[in-house]
Amino acid sequence: MAKRIEASNVSSYYGSFKAIDSVSMVVEPKTITALIGPSGCGKSTFLRSINRMHEVLPNARIEGSLTIDEQNIYDPDVDVTAVRRLIGMVFQRPNPFPTMSIYENVVAGLKLNGVKKKSVLDDAAEQSLKSANLWNEVKDRLGRPGAGLSGGQQQRLCIARTIAVEPQVVLMDEPCSALDPISTLAIEDLMFKLKDRFTIIIVTHNMQQAARVSDKTGFFSIDKTGDPGRLIEYDDTQKIFSNPNEKKTEDYITGRFG
Amino acid sequence: MGDNPSRSENASAGDLGVTARHARGAGTGVSPSSFEEPPFGGGGALPKKTRFGMEAGFRGLSVAAGAMVLVIIVAIAVFLISKAVPAIRADNENFLTFNQWFPNETEPRFGIAVLAFGTVLTSIIALLVAVPIALGIALFLSHYAPKRLATPLGFIIDLLAAVPSVVFGLWGRDVFLEPVRNFSAWLNEYFGWIPIFGGDGPFGRSVLLGSLVLAIMVLPIVTSLSREVFLQTPTMNEEAALALGATKWEMVRTSVIPYGKPGVIAAVMLGLGRALGETIALALTLGIVFNISFNVIENGGNSIAANIANAFGEANETGRGALIASGLVLFAITLVVNMAARAIIYRRREFRDSAA
Ligand SMILES: Nc1ncnc2c1ncn2[C@@H]1O[C@H](COP(=O)(O)OP(=O)(O)O)[C@@H](O)[C@H]1O
Ligand SMILES: [Mg+2]
Repeated sequence: MAKRIEASNVSSYYGSFKAIDSVSMVVEPKTITALIGPSGCGKSTFLRSINRMHEVLPNARIEGSLTIDEQNIYDPDVDVTAVRRLIGMVFQRPNPFPTMSIYENVVAGLKLNGVKKKSVLDDAAEQSLKSANLWNEVKDRLGRPGAGLSGGQQQRLCIARTIAVEPQVVLMDEPCSALDPISTLAIEDLMFKLKDRFTIIIVTHNMQQAARVSDKTGFFSIDKTGDPGRLIEYDDTQKIFSNPNEKKTEDYITGRFG
Repeated sequence: MGDNPSRSENASAGDLGVTARHARGAGTGVSPSSFEEPPFGGGGALPKKTRFGMEAGFRGLSVAAGAMVLVIIVAIAVFLISKAVPAIRADNENFLTFNQWFPNETEPRFGIAVLAFGTVLTSIIALLVAVPIALGIALFLSHYAPKRLATPLGFIIDLLAAVPSVVFGLWGRDVFLEPVRNFSAWLNEYFGWIPIFGGDGPFGRSVLLGSLVLAIMVLPIVTSLSREVFLQTPTMNEEAALALGATKWEMVRTSVIPYGKPGVIAAVMLGLGRALGETIALALTLGIVFNISFNVIENGGNSIAANIANAFGEANETGRGALIASGLVLFAITLVVNMAARAIIYRRREFRDSAA
C-alpha cells in the first residue's frame, strides 16, 4: 500500500523566483518523515511539488526528478490526476467542502473516481472515518455540514477524505498549526496508526511534534530572503535531534536561530 | 451571497459595540473636568459622558434616512393603491381573468390575464436562453480564459450592461427582426408539429423576438455577477478538489459551482427582475396582441410594462388607474419571484453559514 518517494535535485520556481534549490531525499514506505525549518524556506513548495500541486499556480514549474516506486511523477505521459490520487494531501487549514455534508465530504474523492454504488460509498465512509478516529464523534450526524465540526474534527475529516481514495502517500502541510493541543495529539495518534498503511510526509513548525512522530527529519533553511531554500540535513530523527552533523541544524533545533 | 443577511447582522452588532466604545472614549477627552483632575489614575470622579456627540448626531442622521425611505415607500404605495382601486371597481369584468383591455370606454372592461401571462412567458424564455450561456461565459472568464483574454472580455460584457434598453429595442425591431423571422419560418417548417412553433404566420414580431432581445439584455448582469461569485471561491476549496485527483472540470463542479450557487441564484433573480420590468424593448419588439397563446413565433405577445408604455398616452382617468393596477400586479409578481429565490437560498443556509 505504501510507496517509496525519491527526489533528486528538485528545484521549484514561482515564475523566475527559485523557491527551493536542488533538494534530494529518499522517503521509505511506511515511514513518517518530518520537514522542519524556518518560515519561507520552501517546505510547502517542496511538499506541493511531490503531488504536482505546485504547478496549479500560474508560472510555477520544477526542475529535477521525482519518482514514486521508480515511476517518474513528472513524466509527460502521466495523468496528473492519477498522481494526486496516489499522493494525497492534507492542508494547513482544514478545508472541507463547505456545501457538503460530513458524509459527502468523505466520499467526494471516490465519487470523483466514478464510484457510484451506495454500499461501496457507505463502507468507505465508515472505514475512512474510523481510520481517522472520527467515526464515533460523527456517526449520528453524517448528514450535517462538514464545516460545522470543530477545527480538529474538520482536520480529521479532511484526513478521512484524503485516505478514502486509498492513496499510497499522504502529505501533510502543518496539519496541526490551526489546532488546539488536544486536537493536535489526536492527529499525532492518528499518524502513528496510519503509518502502517501509508508513507507520510509532514511539514511542521513544532519541533516536539517532529521529534515525537517522525522516523526521519529533513531540515530546510535559507541564507537570506530572496535566496532559494535548501535541504540542509536529512537523517534519522533521533540523530537530528541529538547529534546533527550541521551547525545550522543544531542552531535551529536548540532555538538559536529561526 | 446567501449568508449576507447574517453577516450584516453580525456587522451591525459589531458596529454598536464600537460605537459605544467610541462614545466613552470621546467622553474622556472632552470632559471639562479633565483639566483639574487627570481622567486616569486614582482619586477624582469618572469623566461624564458627552450628551450631544458626533455619535448621537450620526445615529440620528441614519435613523432619519432610514425612516425617510420607509415614508416614501408607504406614500408611493398609498398613491398607487388609491388610483388603482377605483379603476378596478369600475371594471365590468374580472380584473384577474379577463383577457381584453378596454379601460377607456364608458363601460370599462379590462383584465390583467394576457399581460401577466405575456410578461411571465417572455421573461421565462429569456432566462432559459440567457442563463446557460451566461453561466458558461462566467465560468470561462473565471476559470478557463487566460487573464489577457478574460479582462477585456469581462469589460466588454460589463459595457453591454450599460447599453440603454431603447437601443436594444430599436436594434431588435430594425435589425434582429429579419433573422428571427427567417429562423421562425424555418422552425415552423420543420418543427411546426410542436404547438409552440405552429401557426401560419406572419412571423417575426413575436414572443421569440422579444424574448431573445430580453435574453441579450439580461445576459451581461447574470454573467458578470456569476463571474464575481465564481472568482470568490476560496483557493483552499479548489485545491481540496484538485488534491483528490479532480480534473479541472470536476474541480469546478465540486467546489466552484456549489460555492457559487446562492450567488448565481441571486444573479438570475436580478436578471429576471430586469426581464419582468423591461418596458421599451418589449414595446418595440412584441406584436402587442391581446390573446393568451403559447405560440412563440407568430406575431403577437404582450407584457404588463410594454402595455403601460403603449397605452398610457391615450388613457383617461380610469385607463390610468387600470394601468397602475397592472403595475401593482407586476410588482406582486416580482415580489413572489424574489421571495421564492430567497427561500431557495436559505434552504441550504446552514451549509453556508458554517462555511465561513
Ligand atoms: N504562490 C506563490 N507565489 C510566489 N512565491 C511564493 C508562492 N508561495 C510561496 N512563495 C515563496 O516561496 C518561498 C517558499 O515558500 P513556502 O514553500 O511557502 O515556505 P514554507 O512552507 O517553508 O514556509 C517563499 O519565499 C515564498 O515567499
Ligand atoms: Mg508552509
